[in-house]
Amino acid sequence: MAEETINQNKGSIISDITKLLKSNIGDYFMFIALVVIMIFFALTTDGVFISSRNISNLINQMGYIAVLAVGMTLVIIIRHIDLSVGYLAGFLGAFGAIALTFWGLPVLAVIPAVLILGILSGLLTSTPIAKLNVPAFVSTMAAGLIYRGALLTVTMGTGTIIINNKAFNNISNGYIPDIPDFGFLDNNHKITLLLGLVGIVLYIISAINSRKKKISYNFEVPSFFLFVLQLVLISAIIGYISWVLSGYNGISWSLVVVFLVVAVFQFVTTKTPLGRHIYAVGGNPEAAELSGISVSKITFIVFGAMGLLSALSGILYASRLQSATTTAGLGFETDAIAAAFVGGVSAAGGVGRITGSIVGALVMMSLTNGMNLMGIDISVQYIVRGAVLVLAVIVDMATRKK
Amino acid sequence: MSTPILEMKSITKEFPGVKALDDVTFSVAKGEIHCLVGENGAGKSTLMKVLSGVHPYGSYTGEIFVEGELQKFNGIRDSEKAGIAIIYQELALVPELTVYENIFLGNEIRKGITIDWNETVKEAGEILQKVGLDVNPMTKVRTLGVGKQQLIEIAKALKKDVKILILDEPTAALNETDSDNLLNLIKGLKQQGVTCILISHKLREVLAIADTITVLRDGKTICTLDHSQDTVTEPVLIRNMVGRSIDNVFPRRKKIEVGDVVLELENWNAYSPALGRKVLKNVNIKVRSGEIVGVAGLMGSGRTELAKSIFGNPDGYQIEGSLKLRGMEHKFRDPHDAIKNEIAYVTEDRKGNGLILIQDVKQNITLANLGEIAKSGVINENEEIVIATDYQQSLNIKTPSIEQKVRNLSGGNQQKVSLGKWLFVKPGVMILDEPTRGIDVGAKYEIYTIMNSLVEKGMSIIMISSELPEVLGMSDRVYVMSAGMIKGELPIEEATQEKIMEMAIEY
Repeated sequence: MAEETINQNKGSIISDITKLLKSNIGDYFMFIALVVIMIFFALTTDGVFISSRNISNLINQMGYIAVLAVGMTLVIIIRHIDLSVGYLAGFLGAFGAIALTFWGLPVLAVIPAVLILGILSGLLTSTPIAKLNVPAFVSTMAAGLIYRGALLTVTMGTGTIIINNKAFNNISNGYIPDIPDFGFLDNNHKITLLLGLVGIVLYIISAINSRKKKISYNFEVPSFFLFVLQLVLISAIIGYISWVLSGYNGISWSLVVVFLVVAVFQFVTTKTPLGRHIYAVGGNPEAAELSGISVSKITFIVFGAMGLLSALSGILYASRLQSATTTAGLGFETDAIAAAFVGGVSAAGGVGRITGSIVGALVMMSLTNGMNLMGIDISVQYIVRGAVLVLAVIVDMATRKK
Repeated sequence: MSTPILEMKSITKEFPGVKALDDVTFSVAKGEIHCLVGENGAGKSTLMKVLSGVHPYGSYTGEIFVEGELQKFNGIRDSEKAGIAIIYQELALVPELTVYENIFLGNEIRKGITIDWNETVKEAGEILQKVGLDVNPMTKVRTLGVGKQQLIEIAKALKKDVKILILDEPTAALNETDSDNLLNLIKGLKQQGVTCILISHKLREVLAIADTITVLRDGKTICTLDHSQDTVTEPVLIRNMVGRSIDNVFPRRKKIEVGDVVLELENWNAYSPALGRKVLKNVNIKVRSGEIVGVAGLMGSGRTELAKSIFGNPDGYQIEGSLKLRGMEHKFRDPHDAIKNEIAYVTEDRKGNGLILIQDVKQNITLANLGEIAKSGVINENEEIVIATDYQQSLNIKTPSIEQKVRNLSGGNQQKVSLGKWLFVKPGVMILDEPTRGIDVGAKYEIYTIMNSLVEKGMSIIMISSELPEVLGMSDRVYVMSAGMIKGELPIEEATQEKIMEMAIEY
């Protein structure tokens, strides 16, 4: 009798898990694909791929694409595209470099100025789209040409501008400080581990709170077992990542930047009326307008945010190279758009997540990084990335249909 | 009796979780007009999709015979080859192409490897005559009204040597005149030996035209009635469709004292820069609290334009005149402004500009009033679930859960979601544009009941409708529009279908 109940419980837990997986298979798919890709490269590179040093490097490499992918997600959700972001990033990076190097302005003035310029550029790019219904494809392509011209103009006299400002260069090359060694875990970055621990605790507290609230509303919640399983799994992932990072130099500043961007945008898109309005405009602009949402206002906000993130991308890239080059920004938009689509954003509008696009960016960057480590020729790399992009979208569409 | 032209035997079609068709048998005699009726979700469309090959052979069980031969359709192409043509509710014409191009689209007359345009135009002219449509084949479809477009669809189907013509709700978007034309055409086609299957919610129409009527309910054939032998009346059909009898199509309303004037338009004019003409001329109307004001008129008479001009003018008309809300002069900048002033507008086209189909029930319900459930800028999702569940229950929205995407609901339930969405903005004046278009009898009754309960609580409703029985059955007062003008105002006691029609066609 008792045994029977236990078996029944087991059965229901397994069916719970399969139900959860089935209903969200589309959401988990790219995450699973990412894990598979990482395991594949870990095996083919004798573990070099998942070494602390490489993972840390990978994250620093992808920062400037990741922030663009976040903005591009919103742009594609509202049924537009932005082809200007690459050269805008390049131009604003060069502008920042000039302000630092030639004008001798302090970093704390330059960065906000570049960001504000980014917002203004985004608003300018989107004016024909929001006000005159010019297709975004045309308007942003034109803007991209203009920004490219602007980049060439400002770098014409000097060519590549070397940036000597240490604080600026630290953004994409530096790491958060650590406490001095005291004989315990001396080989690890202790603040990173501590932050990981804090992260786990905060996550568990917020998960418990949200569950409690749901129960107070008398809503159905997943079984306690499943809830604990989820807590353990996510905590383990946070723990593992901070452990890996602490094995090298710890958390990099660019990871901090990306994390903050993702956190803010994830919050806005999922928790605020503004986020709902963005999805509504993407889902059905006419219905949104008749629900009291100004479609042109949302268009301005989204492109303004895209401009801000382009500026940030330009800063991260210039900082990474410690210089502004005449070709900076070339092809960024392609990578950002690819990341968004791999991450499950739908070109038909109204569908997509910030976190999805970040996973998409990680997938694409892991492919590049892993194939580089394996010594695969760049020609083959392009072909593989193209195939993965189209495959990801096909799979995404297939799972969505169900 | 000769072999029927079409026989569908024991058709069963299952979708994950639902049996859409359950052992349905459907038989059509050659040369008859056979009407298929049933509530939304009864399985009519699914049955026609099985017949036309959209659901291919093998995805259902049962057999289809056309003229005694077993058919295994793998797609629309196959069923077209067998002489079956289907015209859907949503027209499938290319607006930027001309009439003749549309008629021969996918079926072009060739001369060698090129299209023989001269022959095409000539034949198009002949076909247009057949359907009694007097337009130049060179005109672009975009410039024609819905009624004429519908006829072009039929012309297109006739081109394909059709034996069985299936029409899915062909008159749903048509006004009375166009509807009559269409029904006459169908009768004419019958003379020419074309068998017609007609799906319709308009029972009056069904009774006027059908030789045979088959009723489906919950995926089962309930009965097949021979119009020449059996006594078939609307109540008989309704009883078979809903499985119970509805005594009155329009629920009774408690007589309540009509209150003060809530909304008043004076010398209201609107010019549409997009259309380049005046869409509203000198409109004067008053709406009191606790009453339903009907707005009748033919399509294009300016009814929807009137609604939009009140509701914050989203189409950017140039407006003159005064709008008073509870005695105060107002000018709404945009729909948001109108919503803030307690005006709601439930659109005519719930799929096109009413709902966000890819979002779920709860997100649609809260969309127009997110501020209500947001605390310091953060949406309280738990509160949202509570509110959506409330509306789901009070409006009787039939959905497996409020997390269901609206796309998956039936028309009547989508309409209830629309109502819920606009009730949540707590309006004082609610404009309902064709509130029951394309939804079944049972759901209509429920929507009327909801409307009654709203006015009983003191709300004002402006109901725009093309269905005269609905206008007469629900309104306290009727305004009739034509050519952007109010042609008359009728107290409900004096209003008749004839009087309304007379005013509606007056120019």
